[in-house]
Amino acid sequence: MSELYQTRFAYGEALAEAAALFFFFVSVYSDIYTSTRTVHLREQFPERFIDMGISEMDMISTAAGLAAAGLVPFANSFAMFITAHCYDQIRIQICYPGLHAILVGSSGGLTQGPDGASHQSLEDLTLMRALPGMTVLAPADAIETRAMTLAAVHEIPGPVYLRLGRYPVPNVLPVDYVYRHGQAVTLRTGSDVTLIACGHMVATALSASDLLTVQGVQAAVVNMSTIKPLDEEMVRQAAAETRLVVTIEEHSIIGGLGGAVAEVMAESSGGARLLRLGTRDVFGESATADELLTKHGLTPEGVARAVRGRLER
Amino acid sequence: MKPGLSPAQLRHKAAQLRRNIVAMMGANKAHHFGGSLSAADIVTALYFYAMDYDPANPSWEERDRFILSKGHCVPAQYAALAMLGVFPQEELATLKQMGTRLQGHPAAHLLPGIEGCTGSLGMGLSFANGLALASRIRGVPYRVYCLMGDGETQEGQVWEAARTAPLQCLSNLSAIIDRNRLKAMDRSYCGAELADLPARWAAFGWRVLEVDGHDLSALCDALDWAQQGASAPSMIIADTVKGQGVSFMQDQPFYHNAALTSAQFEVALAELDQALALMGEAR
Repeated sequence: MSELYQTRFAYGEALAEAAALFFFFVSVYSDIYTSTRTVHLREQFPERFIDMGISEMDMISTAAGLAAAGLVPFANSFAMFITAHCYDQIRIQICYPGLHAILVGSSGGLTQGPDGASHQSLEDLTLMRALPGMTVLAPADAIETRAMTLAAVHEIPGPVYLRLGRYPVPNVLPVDYVYRHGQAVTLRTGSDVTLIACGHMVATALSASDLLTVQGVQAAVVNMSTIKPLDEEMVRQAAAETRLVVTIEEHSIIGGLGGAVAEVMAESSGGARLLRLGTRDVFGESATADELLTKHGLTPEGVARAVRGRLER
Repeated sequence: MKPGLSPAQLRHKAAQLRRNIVAMMGANKAHHFGGSLSAADIVTALYFYAMDYDPANPSWEERDRFILSKGHCVPAQYAALAMLGVFPQEELATLKQMGTRLQGHPAAHLLPGIEGCTGSLGMGLSFANGLALASRIRGVPYRVYCLMGDGETQEGQVWEAARTAPLQCLSNLSAIIDRNRLKAMDRSYCGAELADLPARWAAFGWRVLEVDGHDLSALCDALDWAQQGASAPSMIIADTVKGQGVSFMQDQPFYHNAALTSAQFEVALAELDQALALMGEAR
């Protein structure tokens, strides 16, 4: 495939666009702005980039106050800390009143890599999805990251969680891609299996589909980058048209993309079976991103193997 | 426009406020009597003296904003908003009932006059910082007031916010601590901790003033002083008595959140009515 990009860097560039375009834009971050490459923006818009220090709870509550006073705040930290470290603040001060604030978690998932379990967010999608009114986004590539960042400012209502990563992935969406809130995108059709993925795993799903084609299995690929509100119609359609639905996420299979799809399928009449790929109720550990993806079966080969195994049973 | 009532008028308002707080809570239901009554004079001084507020237009952009970080004491704020006419007095009777806008803890999206959701302690000051920052960023002038409990300052986030406000030079922010020295179960602090409170805030870069939280003249002077900071936020530490105004509740942790018997309720109302009547004569 083509060149590789990290979504967190695409976000930094989109944020510069947002800062220039929208008067009500403001960004708060807790010390680790270099991680999302927003450092140059501080010089350009000093009033609108506020370093809160190493204090995620204070950052979220401050962002709530900024939102209540009519600004559109982007709050930035690692995915693990911006969701789990300040869950109560997000719940009471942002979601309960339905404030429009965007929480951006970088370095999401296993591919955070060497820092180990404390920094590898494998539950953030679950946590954010449980909150009433919260939109949960995990863009597939740099193109979608930009589209979602800009859409989050003025198209998506209420609170938004945007999960970014540091794993280089190719662009899987066309350059003229337009984000439509709550609509999944079918990237490839296939009559046997539907692979439903989010974030980094969309590119993996496409590669897995290539491998499966060679092995005589036609696998459709759906980019389900909006985990909430979930495109339920797309799930029902997949369950009706293919005999196996596979969810792929760099996250626990409990409560995230796999959990959301399972809930829809359990209540629908489609006859397809479901296979959830992700981490299986375990913590992460220090290793390289590729080592971790291999261990948890989240490589193209691992996905293809799991799909064939399920089809043969 | 600031109402700017005289101390005598304010004392009358505070007596009314206390009566309205107890009346809306009623008998045989658990409510946060103690902290609502300890905060009554502070809330009165804010809404009827210091704050630039238009009750007919509670979403006016330049209004001063009040965040009640000790959200369980929101009956005091409900009573004040109703007395100002932001919503009808009769609605006070719906407190905590199914379908009400008067939730057990402040719900900003439901009731005009409530600026932020609180209830989980320790979060209000950070939110107030956000409001104060937005004033500067947007160029819309207003002041922000945040009321905390002394027990609440045991929450770690309070000290994150304590750091942020001076760093951001939020001179349009005033915080007040309702130092009633009681938590839900016992004394808020051991003696040394309590004595240290002003020094701790000063060390974080705040202008600090201690005041009698039931002396309305002193509270008004303190709120005037609070507005004079050039670059630092101000902290008023108001010494109060939990349950102030009802003899059997005063300084008793039990009435942090308790149900009154019908007989106790009658006694409490009679005491508050009597205080109000005396106030009327004094005017």
